[in-house]
Amino acid sequence: MTVILNQSFTGISIGAVLLLIALGLTLTFGQMGVINMAHGEFIMAGAYTTYVLQKAISGAGVSLLVALPVAFLVAGAMGALLEWLLIRRLYTRPLDTLLVTWGVSLMLQQLARDIFGAPNVQTRAPDILTGNIAVAEGISLANSRLFILGLALLSVLALTLVLRFTPLGRRIRAVVQNRDLAEVSGIATGRVDRMTFFIGSGLAGVAGVAITLVGPIGPTTGTNYIVDAFLVVVVGGIGQLKGSVITAFVLGVLQSVLEYSTTVSVAKVIVLVAIVAFLQWRPQGLYTLRTRSLA
Amino acid sequence: MLEIDDIRVGYDRTPVLHGVTVAVPKDGVAAVLGHNGAGKSTLLRAAMGLLKPGKGTVRLDSEDITRLAPHQRVTRGMAYVPQGQQAFPHLTTAENLQLVADGRPDGKEAIAEALDLFPALRELSGRRAGLLSGGQRQQLAIARALITRPRLLLLDEPTEGIQPSVVAEIEETILALTRRGGLSVLLVEQHVGFAMRAAQRYYVLEAGRVTSSGEGGAEAEQTVRAALSV
Repeated sequence: MTVILNQSFTGISIGAVLLLIALGLTLTFGQMGVINMAHGEFIMAGAYTTYVLQKAISGAGVSLLVALPVAFLVAGAMGALLEWLLIRRLYTRPLDTLLVTWGVSLMLQQLARDIFGAPNVQTRAPDILTGNIAVAEGISLANSRLFILGLALLSVLALTLVLRFTPLGRRIRAVVQNRDLAEVSGIATGRVDRMTFFIGSGLAGVAGVAITLVGPIGPTTGTNYIVDAFLVVVVGGIGQLKGSVITAFVLGVLQSVLEYSTTVSVAKVIVLVAIVAFLQWRPQGLYTLRTRSLA
Repeated sequence: MLEIDDIRVGYDRTPVLHGVTVAVPKDGVAAVLGHNGAGKSTLLRAAMGLLKPGKGTVRLDSEDITRLAPHQRVTRGMAYVPQGQQAFPHLTTAENLQLVADGRPDGKEAIAEALDLFPALRELSGRRAGLLSGGQRQQLAIARALITRPRLLLLDEPTEGIQPSVVAEIEETILALTRRGGLSVLLVEQHVGFAMRAAQRYYVLEAGRVTSSGEGGAEAEQTVRAALSV
């Protein structure tokens, strides 16, 4: 029982990382339909932002807290720039978008190698996040993992509030649902696209900060997570935040429990087979919205 | 008010409008009639900027707006109700209206005025637009357009595909709007009777060309019916 609980908590914390990464994708891929292969590099940018700030600011705790908004802005600005320079010209050409952003992803990885070097670097976690909390006999929760879980849930809450209750959120949802109608309703859809990309990429930056607490970071840090993050968005139901939250945690726990009873590779294969089977049965994903018409 | 001058528009390389000239009088109504496929909706899409004309100009109060984006035309006082009772399906009725009112200092009053015109929408404020009936969605579409307080309203077949009881209500509202002044309307319509009651000027469009035009009014109805039956 203790083992199952421990593995489940590990799974939930894996799910939290997945969720943080997938959150930005629910906007850029889920809402806008753009397959941005450079999303992983925005995660990497967020991670390196933490590294740079830790060099500049002495206290690990302070630098981590400062890194959260700074990484959001850095990655967000990169995303908005990418959208303005390239993606907006390719909205009707998904295959070209995929190839172009993949190229950008390789360029950004090389840029990181040139600036920070090829080997991975390690950031220092603040003391408060290095310990464990014992919740019961034999069950302990790592503080850093709890922090990531809290950060993921806070990010989901913030994104939900922005999308539901702010003028920007209404505009983002409107542009996604009917671009022409949004435009003739007086909404500058191009500006909304850029803001959507800014927020989605900014969230990837925040995920990058969280990842520095899990292990060392390098130029390919983001790429390692990106496929799983796309899977979370697709299985959850494209554009459905609720679906992404559930899927991230289910996949995390499933992976963790299976890893314990088999091996890492076998667990990965079983999870992928389960996803393929699920999508055969329910191609639209976990959640969809019903309407009388899609106009 | 609006002058569409000799515009040629098409989709990809297929031309749809071959040099169409249409004018909407200030505070008046111009109706465009024609069979399916004549190019009526294309004309409105071009007037609103959703399609860029290959040739010709669109002028609003003498200003050349041919190259302006649709949202820039809205800020200059144009509003558009597209064909097919379009709304944002996953936004509630209230959100569909608030979306347009956001950032407008008079947004609250504009929403209240729009809801006064279509009181049925008040009870549906929390319902997602995708779950409304066709008639309710069309009322929402017209209300949404009016929140920007337009000087010129483009209406594309506002009563098409709607149950008769609601059609009468929508027609009466449109007629009331045009009579109270300060609003010009370019109306695309298949119902000749309603169009001619509303319009001071009419244009019959066939295969992308204006084949007949003249003064509107009920007395011109037979002329228009004859032009359409050719």
